[in-house]
Amino acid sequence: MREGLGLCVTALLTGVLASACGSRPARADNEPSEQDFSMIERGRYLTTVADCAACHTNPDSHDLFAGGRPIETPFGKVLAANITPDLETGIGSWTDAQFDAAVRMGRGPDGERLYPAMPFPYYTRMTPQDVRAIRAYLNTVPPVNNPVRSNQLPFPFNIRTGMAVWDTMYFEPGTFRPDPQKSAEWNRGAYLVQGPGHCGACHTPKTMLGGDLKQQPLQGYTIQGWFAPNITNDLQLGLGRWSVEDVVTYLKTGHNRLAGASGPMSEEIVDSSSRMSDPDLHAIAVYLKDLSGTSGTGKPLAAGNLQMVAGAAIYRDLCSACHAPDGSGVDYLIPNLALASSVSSREPTSLLRVVLHGTQTVATPREPTAPAMPAFGWQLTDAQVAAVTTYVRNSWGHAAPAVSAGDVHKLRPLDSEGGG
Amino acid sequence: MARKLPHRDVVVIGCGWTGSIVANELTDAGLNVVAIERGPWRDTGTQYAPNYAQDELRYRIRHELFLRPAQTTFTFRNQQSQTALPIRTWGAFMPPNGVGGGGLHWNAETWRFLPSDFVLRSHLTQRYGARFLPADMTIQDWGVTFEELEPHYDKYEYLCGTSGTAGNLRGKIQEGGNPFEGARSRPYPNPAQQQPYGPMLFAKAARELGYKPFPQPSGNMSQAYRNPLGVRQGPCTYCGFCEWFACGNYSKASPQTTVLPVLMPKGNFQLRDNSEVTRINLDPSRKRATGVTFVDTSGTEWEQPADLVILAAYTIFNVQLLLLSQIGTPYDPQSNRGVVGRNFTHQTISDCVSFFDRTKFVFNPFISSGAIGMCIDEFNGDNFDHGPHGFVGGGYMGQVQTNGRPIETTPVPPETPRWGAEWKRAVRDNYQSTLKPGTGVHGSMYSYRDVYVDLDPTYRDRLGRPLVRITMDFHENELKQNRFLTDKFAEIYQAAGAQRVVKEYRKGPYDITKYQTTHLCGGAIMGSDPRTSALNRYLQSWDVPNLFVMGASAFPQNAGYNPTGTVGALAYWSAAAIRSTYLKNPGPLVHA
Repeated sequence: MREGLGLCVTALLTGVLASACGSRPARADNEPSEQDFSMIERGRYLTTVADCAACHTNPDSHDLFAGGRPIETPFGKVLAANITPDLETGIGSWTDAQFDAAVRMGRGPDGERLYPAMPFPYYTRMTPQDVRAIRAYLNTVPPVNNPVRSNQLPFPFNIRTGMAVWDTMYFEPGTFRPDPQKSAEWNRGAYLVQGPGHCGACHTPKTMLGGDLKQQPLQGYTIQGWFAPNITNDLQLGLGRWSVEDVVTYLKTGHNRLAGASGPMSEEIVDSSSRMSDPDLHAIAVYLKDLSGTSGTGKPLAAGNLQMVAGAAIYRDLCSACHAPDGSGVDYLIPNLALASSVSSREPTSLLRVVLHGTQTVATPREPTAPAMPAFGWQLTDAQVAAVTTYVRNSWGHAAPAVSAGDVHKLRPLDSEGGG
Repeated sequence: MARKLPHRDVVVIGCGWTGSIVANELTDAGLNVVAIERGPWRDTGTQYAPNYAQDELRYRIRHELFLRPAQTTFTFRNQQSQTALPIRTWGAFMPPNGVGGGGLHWNAETWRFLPSDFVLRSHLTQRYGARFLPADMTIQDWGVTFEELEPHYDKYEYLCGTSGTAGNLRGKIQEGGNPFEGARSRPYPNPAQQQPYGPMLFAKAARELGYKPFPQPSGNMSQAYRNPLGVRQGPCTYCGFCEWFACGNYSKASPQTTVLPVLMPKGNFQLRDNSEVTRINLDPSRKRATGVTFVDTSGTEWEQPADLVILAAYTIFNVQLLLLSQIGTPYDPQSNRGVVGRNFTHQTISDCVSFFDRTKFVFNPFISSGAIGMCIDEFNGDNFDHGPHGFVGGGYMGQVQTNGRPIETTPVPPETPRWGAEWKRAVRDNYQSTLKPGTGVHGSMYSYRDVYVDLDPTYRDRLGRPLVRITMDFHENELKQNRFLTDKFAEIYQAAGAQRVVKEYRKGPYDITKYQTTHLCGGAIMGSDPRTSALNRYLQSWDVPNLFVMGASAFPQNAGYNPTGTVGALAYWSAAAIRSTYLKNPGPLVHA
């Protein structure tokens, strides 16, 4: 699962513009027919799993897949490409081989290198058949004439040839290889997570250059001011306390007995995982629950610690009415702080952001309530926010580093990117 | 010239409880619905998150959530011989404004009326004879029975998650519930709330006096709840900031916490806030509504054409729009003819302040919720023989501990100075050991020939429209009722061990400056006869069949309960008739 539109996430099939003149080449014999309902339907589903619309549909225009949505990256802005079958400004003139090269190899139609805002390092795990199905579906959407100049990056990042080095360092092409030791369901889950779902785009820690730290898959990363939490089965930091059903319910509805989604994950749930099939969600959960993490098994701060004392008092006064004195919250409504791994994650970014600025959880057809967490930034000083977050990070079985007033201060501006 | 908007199937005027319920039902039926709301958008996360300042001065004293009289007000007089004057500060009732309407800032006391309340005139005439009723009393039967409304009461209670103890389950009287209630088809969706000490003490004394106390049915959640629409509420925290406030904890049933999360995302629903409907438009035959005209905050006038018009504003605004749109014959008290404006009622409320020994009693009145308390129903409606007493009507009474907020909750013995050190000492000495219910005696007000609303001949609003004029006074029947009920109420506190009980009787004349409740009723009443009612039994206008009028304006008289449960039930009842019958064959649902 991808968390939102993130940072690197997605984007660009750049270079489309330059090459997309002229008429559509004659259809090769092996290209899918627009009559092939099953393939188009499979492509539509995979487009949802891959959440193409998150970047390629500009929410301001509602033209499906017509591109133009700005994707913020740590290096600058990139605009998502127009992937409608428009001949002039979309991908209508591309061959299937060109489409496959873009999605799975990060290459534009003339061989130029795409920026990894387009998550081809994950999509490369998809089978050519699945990518062809996506193409077959995209061929059926209304063409929209919308020129997009994707590359808005500053010098030197705007020079695409630089991406050759990046690809060498971080890009490992190749389709997913099933593990014969594991069940078919596990392998389906692994395929979805590693390939179309591109969960690692947000949840895997990155290097300075935005490449995955491959030895820490899905162990959590801060992007766009939110910490995409550890989604391995780690007991302290990950999904260790969640059942497979908890994971399925969360992905399906945005809520479960422990947590509610907000921030970039809201968008992922609305556009992608809430529309996925139950067996696929179950497969994803089975796979994630089988991943080991690097366990944090530290000891909590002592109850006599001054931050803990102040934090306990603030918690009782301001938090306990909803989250309950023991942090247990209310199923599906108020997150269970005692069991929420995002509370004790390595980086407190999301926790601080939510306390300072508040947030509204996601509304889905099955869970339409969308309860909100109020902002406390206007009410609490940096030191008070640090104390209360330190307290919840070291209570009810959690053990996590203390938060300092300076950590809080950095996140005061609403547009702050946080650490990482 | 109004600018014309694209046609809609349905236009709903007002987005409070009834507007949002009916809009949700009709969008479910596949119709394209727009709701037009005079006030602003409001939601829990944005405006009333748990740490919003529940500032008693701002919300309770300065009326933050209500309509500002500068936007629209009413004129008032007690008697037809007087000249009515505009109300410039709200007093006796609080006109709601904004999305959620009164449903946002109510206490959530969620009652059903008695079966006999719906056939009031027939019932009382049969039991006591026609001559027992005052000659100028204009009470009527509703045209709908309790049994017909029961499934719709049920639907509303399950929408809200009402907390309570059933008293009559399918005809079987239940221990601990209200034995006088009509038969309910299933228990309340949630158990009753836990009671603080004051209500428990009251209940114990009531039981010793032979009454059957029961917990007030409450829209404050006793536990976490998911309603049939999938919307969730959390358990009440007993903070005591319900009425006059919005709930920050998702714990009080309101349109925001029960139906709007499902309604708002629908592709066939649209809400226009900050837009005031100025009239319902009719075609030249004047038997068919063509839509509404409204103004936005820029003063731009818009026309919204629609096939079906749902008038779902607050009681008195419903009546005002009918009068301004010249729908139905205005009521004339001289000839006792006409229907729009007649049978206008309010409520007959009183209280007792009971002082206990402060060395022995600590009530912690701040542990409270809007509808928490123990009540008795022995003196409501016709639950007792009125023969010896010479009046009709009644009300529930109870120790309903709605709040212990500091500005309002300063009970002191009446001889205490109104300010200064002695007053402060008395407040300190009595705050914890005094019982003063938020709702004590909740008496009915029946309808009379000379209590009504019409258009004021002098005063106009900012748009040049005549203000609505209220002519209202208490009648001897209600004052007698109140004396009787207040005395009975005081006996219970005496039995509970109060050292002193101060009775605060309701006295005439009706005082527009003193808050009673926001339960204005009537003015566009339902019934079986178009000569004495504006609406048929389905809340459909007799005169304009594609207009339905929701809300308490349909009550022919007010019963001894809070009205919202019945308002919700009637909205579902009417929506069901629209869905099952009207839409198939638009036209009058009753031929008179």
